[in-house]
Amino acid sequence: MSHHIVEAVDLHYTYPDGTVGLKGVSFRISHGESVALVGENGAGKSTLLLHLNGYLTAWKGIVRIGDYPLTKKNLQAVRRSVGMVFQNPDDQLFMPTVFDDVAFGPLNLGCTQDEVERTVTETLKTVGVEHLRKRPPYKLSQGEKRSVSIATVLAMSPDILVMDEPTSSLDPKSRTQLIELLKTFRHTKIIATHDLDMAIDLCERTIVLHQGRIAADGLTLKLFQDEDLLHRSSLEKPLRMQNCPICSSSKIRSFKA
Amino acid sequence: MNNIGKNSFDIGYMDTLAAGDSFFHRLDPRAKLITTILFIVTVVSFDKYTISAMTPFFIYPVVLISFGGLSYKYILKKLLIVSPFAILVGIFNPIMDRGILIQLGSIGISGGWISFISIILRFVLTVTAAFILISLTGFNAVCEALIKFWVPRQFVIQLLFFYRYIFVLTDETERMVRASSFRVFNSKAIGFRVFVLLIGNLLLRTLDRAERIYRAMCCRGFDGHIYIIRSMKIGYQEIIFTFGWALLFIFLRYSNIPLKLGVLVMGVLK
Repeated sequence: MSHHIVEAVDLHYTYPDGTVGLKGVSFRISHGESVALVGENGAGKSTLLLHLNGYLTAWKGIVRIGDYPLTKKNLQAVRRSVGMVFQNPDDQLFMPTVFDDVAFGPLNLGCTQDEVERTVTETLKTVGVEHLRKRPPYKLSQGEKRSVSIATVLAMSPDILVMDEPTSSLDPKSRTQLIELLKTFRHTKIIATHDLDMAIDLCERTIVLHQGRIAADGLTLKLFQDEDLLHRSSLEKPLRMQNCPICSSSKIRSFKA
Repeated sequence: MNNIGKNSFDIGYMDTLAAGDSFFHRLDPRAKLITTILFIVTVVSFDKYTISAMTPFFIYPVVLISFGGLSYKYILKKLLIVSPFAILVGIFNPIMDRGILIQLGSIGISGGWISFISIILRFVLTVTAAFILISLTGFNAVCEALIKFWVPRQFVIQLLFFYRYIFVLTDETERMVRASSFRVFNSKAIGFRVFVLLIGNLLLRTLDRAERIYRAMCCRGFDGHIYIIRSMKIGYQEIIFTFGWALLFIFLRYSNIPLKLGVLVMGVLK
């Protein structure tokens, strides 16, 4: 199933205001892989994500989804196979009710009313928010909004899931639930994040972006050992790879005793 | 302090009311929409000096508010908030139109004052009817009814988006005003210059958000059409509701009940 492949070849992009977004980014992500995209603020993570479904077009370089380069002609097909979950659920959920929002994609794809009903119900069940179907999105909690955002994308049965900061502004429990949910998906996943602990949980591979270039690309656990690399990219070792400052400190131990 | 979202614009509460479950709530949105339009048209069609003949029309809001489980207090508050518009429209009538129309003992009441009161009455009746419609039906359902009545889709979609994002926008405004007021120490109100900057900033943020929403829509195959699926059903309850009220409105429009009652009472007294 080669259509789950994402490949970028020497991508360059500069924003109209002169800000340089990408300076030659190349990678190849194969079927079923889960890849974390990490880097400092402004490293080009979001810019790169927007290239993957053709919202931005690189002025040099190619994006290949499946075996075909992304062009204006196959844009619709690509957008169908690359599901994108944005950072702010309020941007993603624009319809009057949760049902309408999840139904938006399938209806645009030309599904019949019965099919849409079925898809929406199934997807809402998958992410565990079936009880919210009639609610307006602005009245949901942040965690619920996030789940519904993911449902809106899943409803289009994409092959590749692209997410921008999925765990930001979630409470620890919702975060854990979301990670558990994402673990069950068999899609190719590309997740831009600062949450390195989640990256360990979900992604065996990590790409580190630094100032619009790829600083490193390799096994997550190995890259996160490299403190120099993390430091250069304004990152810190994930919490669980650090020694616990509380347990290992003798002061606290004596305090407890 | 700055409770823009809580006090004046609390339209979200209408959706909470709309989630109620009375006989009126369960009616098809189209029936309620038609009835409301009929009510508004009838009330507005009265002559500009009419006052007494309009009063029986209060039966419509009173019945719907009482049996629909709505709160008089809430609707009155909303009326007060929008009332400046109606007062502005009518406030010059007493000055322009000074011809004495009614002589109450030694006090002459000018046509201007009569038409001013008439305008206020009309305002109270029609705006209350609109509030009731939304509180009993929900804004989204009203929009869906509009689509079913062949109102141009683009227009209705604009309305839906407006309603969806007004909450996000008031939130954003509230946060900006709060943030700026936390850093203003010498005076209570924010200055005009800061206010202008805030408005400009808000506009830019809105444009940015519009861009992001459009992006989200594109990602899900948006091609210029927005589809909404809803099944609605007109049954005998809806027909009775609409025709019942329509007949009453016509009756009240063409027979001045208060006048007849007055004549009757005077006749009995004589």
